Amino acid sequence: MSDAEARSRTVDPDALFVRLVRAHRDLSPEESRRLDAALVLLLVEALGDPQRLDVAIAAARTALGKPVEPPEEARE
Amino acid sequence: MRRVNPVYPFRRPPELAAGRGSAPVVLVGAGVVGLTLALDLALHGIATIVLDDDDTVSVGSRAICWSKRTLEIYDRLGLGQRLLDKGVTWKVGKVFFGDRLAYEFDLLPEPGHRMPAFVNLQQYYVEEWLVEACEASGRVDLRWKNRVEDLVPREDGVELRVVTPEGDYRLDAAWLLACDGARSRVREALGLPFLGKVFRDRFLIADVVIEGFEMPAERRFWFDPPFHPGQSVLLHKQPDSMWRIDFQLGAEADPEAEKDPQRVGARIRTMLGPEVPFELEWVSVYTFRCRRLERFRHGRILFVGDSAHQVSPFGARGGNGGVQDADNLAWKLAAVLDGRAPERLLDSYEAERIPAADENILHSTRATDFITPRTEAARAYRDAVLLLAKDHAFARRMVNAGRLSTPHSYRRSPLSTPDEADWALGPEPGAPAIDAPLPDGRFLLQHLGGEPVLLVFGAEAPAIEGVRRVVVPAEGLAAERWDAKRGTTYLLRPDQHVAARFRAPDPARIRAALDRLWGRAAPGGIA
Repeated sequence: MSDAEARSRTVDPDALFVRLVRAHRDLSPEESRRLDAALVLLLVEALGDPQRLDVAIAAARTALGKPVEPPEEARE
Repeated sequence: MRRVNPVYPFRRPPELAAGRGSAPVVLVGAGVVGLTLALDLALHGIATIVLDDDDTVSVGSRAICWSKRTLEIYDRLGLGQRLLDKGVTWKVGKVFFGDRLAYEFDLLPEPGHRMPAFVNLQQYYVEEWLVEACEASGRVDLRWKNRVEDLVPREDGVELRVVTPEGDYRLDAAWLLACDGARSRVREALGLPFLGKVFRDRFLIADVVIEGFEMPAERRFWFDPPFHPGQSVLLHKQPDSMWRIDFQLGAEADPEAEKDPQRVGARIRTMLGPEVPFELEWVSVYTFRCRRLERFRHGRILFVGDSAHQVSPFGARGGNGGVQDADNLAWKLAAVLDGRAPERLLDSYEAERIPAADENILHSTRATDFITPRTEAARAYRDAVLLLAKDHAFARRMVNAGRLSTPHSYRRSPLSTPDEADWALGPEPGAPAIDAPLPDGRFLLQHLGGEPVLLVFGAEAPAIEGVRRVVVPAEGLAAERWDAKRGTTYLLRPDQHVAARFRAPDPARIRAALDRLWGRAAPGGIA
């Protein structure tokens, strides 16, 4: 069992899910987006390691079935 | 409208008689950048012909925020005090989100500099004073209503076709300086493309005269304010009871309808309140670009200012960037023309100014992306940053309402001699000189001028040909800011950037650094 698996077993996964959803309970869709963005910013700051953000972005994009690198922005 | 622009007379060019003539240096575009370059060249002893298709200075305030580094350049050119006296000095910026203060900054928290962080002044004043100074120099042949129609680049110069109200003439220029702005005719004639980004959002810019309106001299920026919901607004104070207001309008705005004074007036009344009387002086609707030419030198043609690179207005990097281009090019071209330096010195113009342009483009693009979010996600992150800014320092650092122009350091310049000793502080090779008060009551930068200087701290300086010596104390604020001990020696370029620095003034190494500064060092060194 990896360290990450060991760590993730010590938290209650159902409770974690509920807490995230609950934080949005009284919010409009727009407020929800803001809250998620604020959460991400606070968590990135707490991580203190931009490389771990890159790893998380890559994992999240992969989960969505998107290429890890987004396409280049359209240029003139 | 209260302001009346000066009209400069058309003088019949002597070339009209024969139909042709020639000149060592021809400059196209008598805007703020072209005039600065012409004046700088004149002070270095170089005569220019300046061609401009118009006969006046800028209409509307245009570039208004003159940065500390630009003010130092104008001080070297003899106009610094005039900008200080007339302009509005400021250093504090405030950023609001909705009706709340999100973030406040001080751009120059330490005293002991001759020049402040910024002076706000309408571009037309600076241009008027530059015209006066150019005329007074006796070396600038200002030709209003002389439009470059076409040009043919040649190995040893450029052949220009110039159109005037009294006829056309051909002008052969050994060197052509294209200072003719974002819609440069010179660039167009050469078919050179810009690389970069075009933004779709439209902005409304207005000069508004409000008598008796009290507000501290500071920059104010609003994201999503109650008086202009969903968009941003920027407010700057100018002299003559004039205020600059920028309203973001979004991508769908109709530029013609938005220019209607009734409509602009309504926007301003909503912002100021119905009881504040004001007068509209100038209105324009614009979009902007963050882009540059691939190269700034094309043989005998050099691109300077907006003709070479363009940025968004957030950060005051357009006008300041262009003036700093001129500052970089003038002494080099002068030295090549009078034989003190080889022609390859001019390659360092783009080696130094392309990274500077890229820095400006990067900051200006990022600020624009923050100010005008183009996706829902971008807006959510932007708003979250603004909401977190009140209580979280990390979020305050992310608030980007324009990263204001700071001096560029020519870090990888071929003209710099790399450090050998250890330096904790002080301007690195390539960085501009740092100001400090001196015991004689003047400022350090006032001792430098436009020639190479050997700045020595607290010791006798060796006599070296082609460099003026300035000795300052090895104790005090100057020594502190320059990380100097007794014997510390800096070699400064004519544009007051550092070329080299030494812990002891060794003549042989200073001479080698001087050779490198003038581009005389053998190629193949550190590039």
